[in-house]
Amino acid sequence: MSNLPALQIILPLMAAPICAMVGRPKFAWGLATLVAWASFAISILLFLSVRDGTVISYDMGGWAPPLGIEYRVDVLNAFVLMIVSGMTSFVMPYALKSVASELHESQHAYFYTAFLLCMTGLMGVAITGDAFNVFVFLEISSLSTYALVAMGAARDKRALTAAFNYLIMGTIGATFFVIGLGMMYMVTGTLNMADLAQKIAANGDSRTLRMGFSFVLVGIGLKLAMFPLHLWLPNAYSYAPSAVTTFLASTATKVAIYVMARFMFSIFGFDYDFQANTMQFIMLPLALVAMFAASTVAIFQEDLKRMLAYSSVAQVGYMLLGMSFLTQLGLTATVVHMFNHALIKGGLFMAAGCFIYAVNSSRIDDLKGLGRIMPWTSAAFVLGGLGLIGVPMTAGFISKWYLMQAAFELDWWPIALLIVASSLLAVIYVWRMVEVLYLRDLPEKNDVRAVPLTMLVPMWGLLLLSVYFGVSADITVSAASRAANALIGASNIFWQSGG
Amino acid sequence: MFDVLSPALVYAGGAALTPFILNERLRQIFMLTIPVLALSLFWNLHEGTYAVFNLMNMQIGLMRVDKLSFIFGLIFSIAAFISVLYAWHVKDKLQQVATLLYAGAAIGAVFAADLVTLFVFWEATAIASVFLIWARRTPGAYYTGMRYLIIQISSGVILLGGIILQYQQTGSLAFDAMTLGSFSYENAGTWAIFIAFGIKCAFPLLHNWLQDAYPAATVTGTVTLSAFTTKLAIYALARGFPGTELLIYIGAAMTLFPIFFAAIENNLRRVLSYSINNQLGFMVVGIGIGTPLALNGTVAHAFCHILYKSLLFMSVGAVMFRTGTSKASELGGLYKSMPITMIFCIIGAMSISAFPLFSGFVSKSLILSAAADQGQFWIWLVLIIASVGVLEHSGIKIPYFTFFAHDTGKRVKEAPPHMLIAMGIAAFFCIGIGVYPQALYAMLPYDVDYVPYTTSHVVSQLQLLMFAGLAFAMLIRFGLYPPEFRSVNLDFDWLYRRLLPSIFRGLARMIERSWHAMTRLALYRLDRFLVVVYRAHGPQGPLARTWPTGSMVLWIAALLGTTLLLTYL
Repeated sequence: MSNLPALQIILPLMAAPICAMVGRPKFAWGLATLVAWASFAISILLFLSVRDGTVISYDMGGWAPPLGIEYRVDVLNAFVLMIVSGMTSFVMPYALKSVASELHESQHAYFYTAFLLCMTGLMGVAITGDAFNVFVFLEISSLSTYALVAMGAARDKRALTAAFNYLIMGTIGATFFVIGLGMMYMVTGTLNMADLAQKIAANGDSRTLRMGFSFVLVGIGLKLAMFPLHLWLPNAYSYAPSAVTTFLASTATKVAIYVMARFMFSIFGFDYDFQANTMQFIMLPLALVAMFAASTVAIFQEDLKRMLAYSSVAQVGYMLLGMSFLTQLGLTATVVHMFNHALIKGGLFMAAGCFIYAVNSSRIDDLKGLGRIMPWTSAAFVLGGLGLIGVPMTAGFISKWYLMQAAFELDWWPIALLIVASSLLAVIYVWRMVEVLYLRDLPEKNDVRAVPLTMLVPMWGLLLLSVYFGVSADITVSAASRAANALIGASNIFWQSGG
Repeated sequence: MFDVLSPALVYAGGAALTPFILNERLRQIFMLTIPVLALSLFWNLHEGTYAVFNLMNMQIGLMRVDKLSFIFGLIFSIAAFISVLYAWHVKDKLQQVATLLYAGAAIGAVFAADLVTLFVFWEATAIASVFLIWARRTPGAYYTGMRYLIIQISSGVILLGGIILQYQQTGSLAFDAMTLGSFSYENAGTWAIFIAFGIKCAFPLLHNWLQDAYPAATVTGTVTLSAFTTKLAIYALARGFPGTELLIYIGAAMTLFPIFFAAIENNLRRVLSYSINNQLGFMVVGIGIGTPLALNGTVAHAFCHILYKSLLFMSVGAVMFRTGTSKASELGGLYKSMPITMIFCIIGAMSISAFPLFSGFVSKSLILSAAADQGQFWIWLVLIIASVGVLEHSGIKIPYFTFFAHDTGKRVKEAPPHMLIAMGIAAFFCIGIGVYPQALYAMLPYDVDYVPYTTSHVVSQLQLLMFAGLAFAMLIRFGLYPPEFRSVNLDFDWLYRRLLPSIFRGLARMIERSWHAMTRLALYRLDRFLVVVYRAHGPQGPLARTWPTGSMVLWIAALLGTTLLLTYL
């Protein structure tokens, strides 16, 4: 039991090369699925043991921090670990048929290898308590993601340029991040997160620290697709294989959001005014712009996956908005939305994958009238769309409810109005799909492949879960609230006395 | 799960099962049992709040039973039963499911003890009902439905905003009487809730959705629509804002303005839609006065109104079902072909005109007496004038132009039996309540001793009706023989047939023109705005196209620069 934090990472890390070496598609898939489920079980165990607020600290190789690398699990990263491994467990069964139809068979084993590596990287980012380790794992996940996106070339050659652009942007982001880390190391002489937090508070304000802060903010901003640094995202999401898009949309940006929250709240911790200023004068307006601009772009898109990708940029806006409120309630909203959006967007991209499987196209024009012959997929899409809008009884409502509460708590009711208004934009692009699916006539000539159960079941599983967590939100909200407490508690922020 | 099953859940369950019953007769019988089953759930409940539970620290109560919610629950159940029966011939599953969901949502909203439940059902009525309009499956009906849906959903969104503001201010979500003070930030929530109710209640200037949407629904859909949405709003106002003085004036305006529109309207279903506005006005005035007598009047009037208005819609609908039109100019002389429908139509017309021994009389008297008791002379006068208007446009115009007037030579079959039975049930209630009002009075929320049939009430009402009838007869008489009379009664004739109409017409044309100009300008602006939005956000717009890597990096540099600048300041 005490080695669970290490196992969480070792397991997929070891399984990945095995997949590549054995090279048989079915075997690779089976191993990946098994590992995903085992990881999920481990993260649930971890989550249960830290849910009450205890913190597990695990010294890698027996080297004590701050010199050695420390894995540090509190309720927040246990929650993120659960999102990543849980989503992998749902995507794996889905991937079997979806990948088989979208990729050459020769690539399958490498696909699962890269997939496992990507998962390892994301979970490593979440679990580690060492700032430089975050960079290493971030690169592991990013490099494998570039490969995964590029595999979409079997369906559309544009995946290659998308992956290349993503590679450049991602590398710049990572470089910025590591430059920022370097500056912080200059000031403090340490890389352990807890140690960093203490020394930053103790060493006083300096230009180097401010420089480091800005580089970290922009570097991670790139990774999480903060508007206007999102430009790599729409193409990467549209041209990647469906299973990859599903996985990335529901985990990669969420983990980046987690890193942002961790660095902003736990490490920098608002000891100095400039941090709060930057959050409220840069992140808040950008979040608002993202909510509107990206949603509006989504309305006019002609490709379903691209539309969902832009909607993701807008949803990231909501998460950053909650963070930039700098309150416990705002952070709670962000963490809840991370979870809820992972379920909803995961389900929606799975539905998009089902459409691609059925008609080999994700152009909205090619989906006319499919509501009649693909009732299950279409209904799932509508259900997910309702969640995206934030209709009551869906998970999306819970997120927006808390976000609005957070805005009202600060008396920023114009922002609350903007939240509602931007949800209306989501109504438009969801409605557009409803109209295409249900109200248009099916073209005379159509050959529609039946979607297999292995794709339908995970999709419905995610969406039903999103409804479940929309109705009984106690688990998610209490976990998110504790996670927010952990973040806020870690920083000696000025509003604690006031709020 | 709960101590009491909410009737709304019964309807929802029924709606979920309905499409799977393949035999049509079985399905109709199944649908007929649902209102009865749901009614039996709350028929014997003692007053109190049931199905209470906690959701995200909010106190939710699905079933609040008291006299006010009970009587609305009862009449909605009756209306649901009649609607389903009237639609016995409809084979369209979409309409059947929508009808059940719509009725269930309305009943669920009536029993809601907290604002969150109210909101959920409030939106559910909007969404379920729009399918009754879309069920005609014409492009026109589609756009009308969209307009209707947008307005109804907006009402729900405003309601939600109001609820959240209210929750922030008071920390309570209970749905009880609220005080509508002068507008300020503190009570913005209450105002938002008030406006949301007002939209559904078709307050003047917020009313257009009603005349737009109701005549556009299917024959049976209109009957269903007319029963629930606006009366749900009346219930919500009676529950939330009794005694709000502003409502008296709003209500008075509501009784008056539709009369003129109704008088010149040719489409009989639209005439009836205007007359809904007018009747709602009476109820709103009652809520505004807010005395026990007035509130009783409002509730009783809502009860009777649902019955006679659906009776009128059913009879016009039956005519439309047989002849394919509801335009006054294309109908007439149908009393020979559809005598039973004609009798039912006249019963409905006499009820709405408040003839003694019909249901409208015993309910409207309550409101009129309440206005008089409170010394509201002008309001009382407005209501009297409005009553004359009702007689003219609903009481006489509807049956006259449909069944008498000039014979258009249409010879059709009598309405089908199930329609006649549905109309018969409604007609039975109309007369039954009129003859034996004590049964209705016993169910009203307040104990008030009131006798409708006093000599003075009956005589004054009869005077009113006779003179109004006389006026109509005169107009028709002159109207029937224009060539002979024009030369003889030129001045007089010209005064009321040329001058007044031409002034009205001129005014109407002016308003219409400026309205058109305004809407054209607004549409033009909207188009321009959309073009600009599209230019920026469309697939080829700068926000959406695929950027070269270099310019992506430029953005990074720009953002890093800004951030650095900000941190160094």
